[in-house]
Amino acid sequence: ICFLQVIWDIIGNKQFCSFKVKTKSQNFCRNEYSITGVCNRSSCPLANSQYATIREEKGQCFLYMKEIERAAFPARMWEKVRKLSKNYEKALEQIDENLIYWPRFLRHKCKQRFTKITQYLIRMRKLVLKRQRKLVPLSRKVESREKRKEEKALIAAQLDNAIEKELLERLKQGTYGDIYNFPVYAFDKALEQQDAESESDAEEEEEEDDEDVGQREFVAEDEVEESDLSDFEDMNKLKTSSDEEEQDESSEEEEEEEVQASRSKGKSPANGSLVRKKRAYVEIEYEQETESASRRRTT
Amino acid sequence: FFNKKKNKKAPMKDLKMEEESSGVEKLEPGTTFPPTFSVSEIKNKQRRHQMFMKLKQEKRKQKMQLKKKRRKEREALGDKAPPKEVPKTIENQRVFDETTVDPEDEEIAFDEGTDEFSAYFNGLTNPKVLITTSDRPRGRVVKFCEQLATVIPNAHVYYRRGLALKRIIPQCIARDFTYLIVINQDRQTPNGLVLCHLPDGPTAHFKVSSVRLQKELKRRGKAPTEHSPEVILNNFSTRLGHTIGRLFAALFPQNPQFVGRQVATFHNQRDFIFFRFHRYIFKNEKKVGIQELGPRFTLKLRSLQKGTFDSKYGEFEWVLKRHEMDACRRKFQL
Repeated sequence: ICFLQVIWDIIGNKQFCSFKVKTKSQNFCRNEYSITGVCNRSSCPLANSQYATIREEKGQCFLYMKEIERAAFPARMWEKVRKLSKNYEKALEQIDENLIYWPRFLRHKCKQRFTKITQYLIRMRKLVLKRQRKLVPLSRKVESREKRKEEKALIAAQLDNAIEKELLERLKQGTYGDIYNFPVYAFDKALEQQDAESESDAEEEEEEDDEDVGQREFVAEDEVEESDLSDFEDMNKLKTSSDEEEQDESSEEEEEEEVQASRSKGKSPANGSLVRKKRAYVEIEYEQETESASRRRTT
Repeated sequence: FFNKKKNKKAPMKDLKMEEESSGVEKLEPGTTFPPTFSVSEIKNKQRRHQMFMKLKQEKRKQKMQLKKKRRKEREALGDKAPPKEVPKTIENQRVFDETTVDPEDEEIAFDEGTDEFSAYFNGLTNPKVLITTSDRPRGRVVKFCEQLATVIPNAHVYYRRGLALKRIIPQCIARDFTYLIVINQDRQTPNGLVLCHLPDGPTAHFKVSSVRLQKELKRRGKAPTEHSPEVILNNFSTRLGHTIGRLFAALFPQNPQFVGRQVATFHNQRDFIFFRFHRYIFKNEKKVGIQELGPRFTLKLRSLQKGTFDSKYGEFEWVLKRHEMDACRRKFQL
């Protein structure tokens, strides 16, 4: 009918159509009754007086038909037919029976559209059954608060120290058995020395130092000549010597203990001790070397 | 400068005048304020700020004087001085939790002898761990999983192909797995961890934060070897903490191989559990050196559930309720 042609002339090509969306390659029709989304002469709902669409609401599909006779009554223009059958084939038959004697294009396009709609409905139902990803909203304040608390907790934890302490504890309690053979005597001596130190006053220590000043060199020479057996043998020898040398012994022992204590306090680095004057450190050096050798063997 | 201001405000109300004048008088010695005066009542921002600064200086001065006095006293007393006061820390001020475990408590010992981990602690089962992720793991999560698998002996990483956890669990039980770890991700980094002890054991859900992969660690050692590491669990003091501690302990085989000299640490501090993996060396009997290998991350417990993973119908033993539990700074749950 020629007025439709006029309509199409206007909205299709020359002037404005509010439903038209222009893209680089194609024009689309945003009209909700359009059967294909493309802006064509044959699929424009405004420019065709006999038109049919399938639309879907809440999982149910409806067939909408527009006929020439009702063109004058916009309120009654679209006739809605409910698709009663969930069955795909039956629904297709229903479309056919409603659109009998209609142009082939519309029938075909209606069926295509209906097919697509059912397919996406099926997919929606399947996805719901599968695991959904739940998005949990984060509160920025809470997150930043937790982050700050974590940092402070990390600082307060002093992890390295805690781990080292725990490992040393375990070593002391003997959970490692005989793997690490630190000389037990020296270890106990170090323990005793620590106890003794904590009990003694500062004054007494000063006295000891005074005593040792004169006797240091004498004592040191003796020890250098010893073999590289561990300390305790030397100590035994010295201990079992006569009582005349008790004082010397005691001072020597104290000196040794002091030496060991100051070494075991960890203040003296392993190799730096060589630089120090007391040659008692030499033997201790030996021990460390053998230890490291044994360690190398095990790794 | 003050005088100028005073002149400008001269024609104002009497009250204001008093305040201003008193403000000015502060500069002069021997002035007194009306007792209900506080710095916040001055309307002029600059003036108020200056008054406040002065107030603060005063306070600071007094504090320093007090400190000096105390130090002098301490030195004067010498040895007889009272011992130095211990500063208050959050750990010191911690609200006493009545569920703190007493090491000799018999009831707890009995409980622990018969709970779900007793099989492990009696040496009957060997841990076998399955590590998996949520759907489509990306980037760091994959690497994180692999590194976790190297750290935990007898661990296997499986790709999760969109399977529901409830279907995975029976399969795992059938294949003798004792643990299931699921790592959740958010934008390619792990942010959640579900740890499920398998033959109907408790399920713990953690929030994971600050993950450092092996590459990102500074001064790290070589890759962890196959030896089973030792486990250190620090600061798990309450009942809840105990269960979580046992949960972690049961991840690793019972008898660590000391030859490997590796140690995995779970350290709880203020409800954050820090995981570290080190290699240690005893330099002498007083010093030990540690070198970090392996990933590090922190966990925060979000919920503990009685049975295996079931978020809808499960019986939750403990859930983090932020409002109640975060309100007090000195109250911790683990």
